Formats: sequence, C-alpha cells, structure tokens
Amino acid sequence: MRYSALSILLNGLTGNRGWRAAWRDPQPKAHYDVVIVGGGGHGLATAYYLAREFGIANVAVLEKNYVGSGNVGRNTTIIRSNYLLPGNNPFYELSMKLWEGLERDFNFNAMVSQRGVLNLYHSDAQRDAYTRRGNAMRLHGVDAELLDRAAVREMLPFLDFDNARFPIQGGLLQRRGGTVRHDAVAWGYARGADSRGVDIIQNCEVTAIRRENGRVTGVETTRGFIGCGKLALAAAGNSSNVAAMADLRLPIESHVLQAFVSEGLKPFINCVVTFGAGHFYVSQSDKGGLVFGGDIDGYNSYAQRGNLATVEHVAEAGKAMIPALSRVRFLRSWGGIMDMSMDGSPIIDHTYLDNLYLNAGWCYGGFKATPASGYCFAHLIARDQAQETARAFRLDRFERGFLIDEKGMGAQPNLH
Amino acid sequence: MASLISCPHCGARPKEEFTIKGAVLSRPAADAGHQAWTDYVYLRDNPRGTHREYWHHTSGCRRWLVVTRDTVSHEVGFCQDAAAAKLAEVRP
Repeated sequence: MRYSALSILLNGLTGNRGWRAAWRDPQPKAHYDVVIVGGGGHGLATAYYLAREFGIANVAVLEKNYVGSGNVGRNTTIIRSNYLLPGNNPFYELSMKLWEGLERDFNFNAMVSQRGVLNLYHSDAQRDAYTRRGNAMRLHGVDAELLDRAAVREMLPFLDFDNARFPIQGGLLQRRGGTVRHDAVAWGYARGADSRGVDIIQNCEVTAIRRENGRVTGVETTRGFIGCGKLALAAAGNSSNVAAMADLRLPIESHVLQAFVSEGLKPFINCVVTFGAGHFYVSQSDKGGLVFGGDIDGYNSYAQRGNLATVEHVAEAGKAMIPALSRVRFLRSWGGIMDMSMDGSPIIDHTYLDNLYLNAGWCYGGFKATPASGYCFAHLIARDQAQETARAFRLDRFERGFLIDEKGMGAQPNLH
Repeated sequence: MASLISCPHCGARPKEEFTIKGAVLSRPAADAGHQAWTDYVYLRDNPRGTHREYWHHTSGCRRWLVVTRDTVSHEVGFCQDAAAAKLAEVRP
C-alpha cells in the first residue's frame, strides 16, 4: 500500500480499517542469497538498497529482538556531514544527500528536518580549528558557515555568551544538518525492504556461523539453521560477539552512551546546537522535549544503561551552555551500546572469509550514516567492490597505518 | 555499578574517584614483530561478561589498579594493585 494524503483520507472515511501491517512476519526460508545479521537502521537500509538498487531481493534480515529496539531508536536523531577528513567527508555527504530524498524514496514520513547544526567555539584556537573544518567541508562541496558572536546571538539569544570560563565567540553552522525521527527511519526502511521481497525475521538470534572451506554456508539461529550465499554483519554494539563466531577479532570495544529527553517545553531551540568546551548537544523535538546527550560513559559495557556520574556531567555541560536549563526536569534517559572503533571511524569491508562482510565500528555517529552505510554496504555485498565514498573504511587500515582519526585520540576508544 | 569501590590501599571509596583506562593487556616485547604489536594496540576481545581492566585511583592513592568487572551487570568484583597483579601474574 502506498502512503499518501489520499490514502489517509480514504482510510479515514472507512473507519481506518483498511491499513495493513507495514511489513510481514515471515517464517525463515531454508536459504537466502544474502543474510544480514542485525535488524537495526544499518541492516535494514542495507536490505532496502540491496533490493532497490542492486536487484538482490532474496534477502533475510535477522534481528534478535524487534526492529528498532537497538541504537536506531536510542540516539539523539541528529544528522550532519560536517567532517574534516577526506576519508570521512564524502561518505557523510552522500548520507546527507540520501537523507534529503529519503522520504519520497521509501514513501514514509521520517520527519527529516534540516534545521541546522551549530557547533559553538569558545577560543581563538577553536575558531581556527572550525575555520579549517569549514573550509575542508566547502572544498568537498558541503555547506558550512562560520558565524561570529552577534550572528549566534541572533539565533540563540539565551546561550551563556559571557560565561567566565568558556565565553561563546561564535559557531560553525551547517544549515543542511538537522534531525530525523529515528524510529520512522527503521520502520521506513523495514517497510521498503519488505515490500520488495526482503524477509525481516524478528526475535531470531544468531548463535553460530557455519563455515566450509573458507566460506560461510549459513547461520545457526534460535529459529533453526538458515543457509546463505553471502553473510553480512551489521550488529553494532554486538559486532565483536557475532564476529567471534567466525573467529574474527575486531578493533572494537563496546561502550555505553546515554541520551536524555526533558519534559515538554515551548519552542525555544530551533536548531541542533553543540557545546564546544565540553561534550553536549541538544535539539528540541516537535513534541517540545529537549533531546540531548554527551560523552560515552567511558568503560566497556553491554548493559544499555549508564551511570549517574555521566548524567551529572552531561547536565553540567548543558547548564554551562544554556543557564535556563537549570530548572528543566529530565523525563527519560536511556543507553545504547556503541561499537567504538580504535580510530573513531567505521568499517565497511570484506573479511578473511570470501563471503562474509562486515559493517561495524560506528562509534556514536552511526545514526546520521544510516542511508550511506546501507547503500555502501549493499554495494560491497552486491558487487564485491567498495563504493567510492567508503573506500577508506577498510578493516586492515589499522595494521597498515591508514587510520581515520577525526578526533586525533589514538587507539583509545573511550576517548573518541 | 556499585557506588563504592574497595581500593586495596584506601578502602571503600566512591567510584567517581576512579578513572577507567580499559582492558588489561600484556605488552609485547619491543621486537615482537608487526602482528603482535597490531594485536596489542588495536584488537580487543571485548567480552560480554567478565572483563579485567586497568583503573586509576585518580582522586585517591593515584595507584593503578586491576579491577574485574562484569560488562553486562556492571558488577565490580576483584580489585587489586596493578603492580601486585603483575607480580602474581594472575590471569583468569
């Protein structure tokens, strides 16, 4: 069924009894051309683009829980392509371009809102660093504007401009950045993939990877053995465990990242704004709640919940940037498990097994990358060749010394 | 995670005094070769469950500790001085 204003009208007139489930709940078949492990944003997007762009529809997506239960529903919904390094920037810009046409493409309202992403700077050195990043973005054909203090004040007059320790000097603005309703991304991709013949199999956990003669032949799951021509891993925080089933040791640690929503407030933040003197980013949802987050907790975790020390730290950073937040109440908080790679950049690559493909290491930047990650991973699986914007995301870049270290932290995942 | 961590030197202290560095790994010899060093610097077991990790008692005795912690329940188990751990060469 195609969603449109007319379909809403017609279904409204007939008591809304005509709506069907957005995707089927199929029994797993004995064999698929491609099996994707992980029914999150990236896995579903991969299935969608495999079917839509690359003509491979005999695909199963295996999800151990339900669609949207992992990181695709646990982020702060921000999209942007304000990256500095040549290995990253064209990829994230591809993602941004896909976001821009996504809703028409998969016929689902994902509430893509290009309200702008503003990174504040607080010192001369930081201004210079942001100028460099803005220039790098523009050289890659991405929009970037350096705002001075007066221009930022016009946008967000309630910021603490004269903070004694971190006065706000200005900001780097990407107007095309913004937010997307994250659940709708999972649902839209799931529905789009399903309607093209992909089987989305929920509550189906992979327990082992069966191999013969250097090739994967299928996966053992909680719903029985499923054979496959190619196996694609998109398991986010559980990547290390799934990869270990194929004796693959990854340059990844799993860490917990928390996010928060405040009580509903009248509209006052009209863009995404990030603090430059600490790690804090905030936007306001259409329901009025402030959606915000900060750093990862900093220790290995599979728990999907964090510690209060980080909550306090995030709240302090937020209050240092926007004093008016001091009396805002937190409504909800949650944690997601991030696949933190050793250089802070992702991996979309082959592995030592001919027909095993890996998509991992998204750190806490995976949501904005969802469309491009799916597209490039599908490209790799279908054509056995990296998509041109994802060529740098190789698994062997660590041992070869070609790291993509956007933050310059070295091999210390809890600092990226 | 428990609010109090029992430091072998300072006794029970609030966990906010500690900084967590990461997995306890044995450092290869200087001439151990490219693969051994790549493994040490970049590859991780990243276990779901018991994890041995270096903690620093930053706001206390400032000693490096080896702490055993569960990555699913966040339960903190054994906690000993890193130098003592190295001497004993305790490996789980």
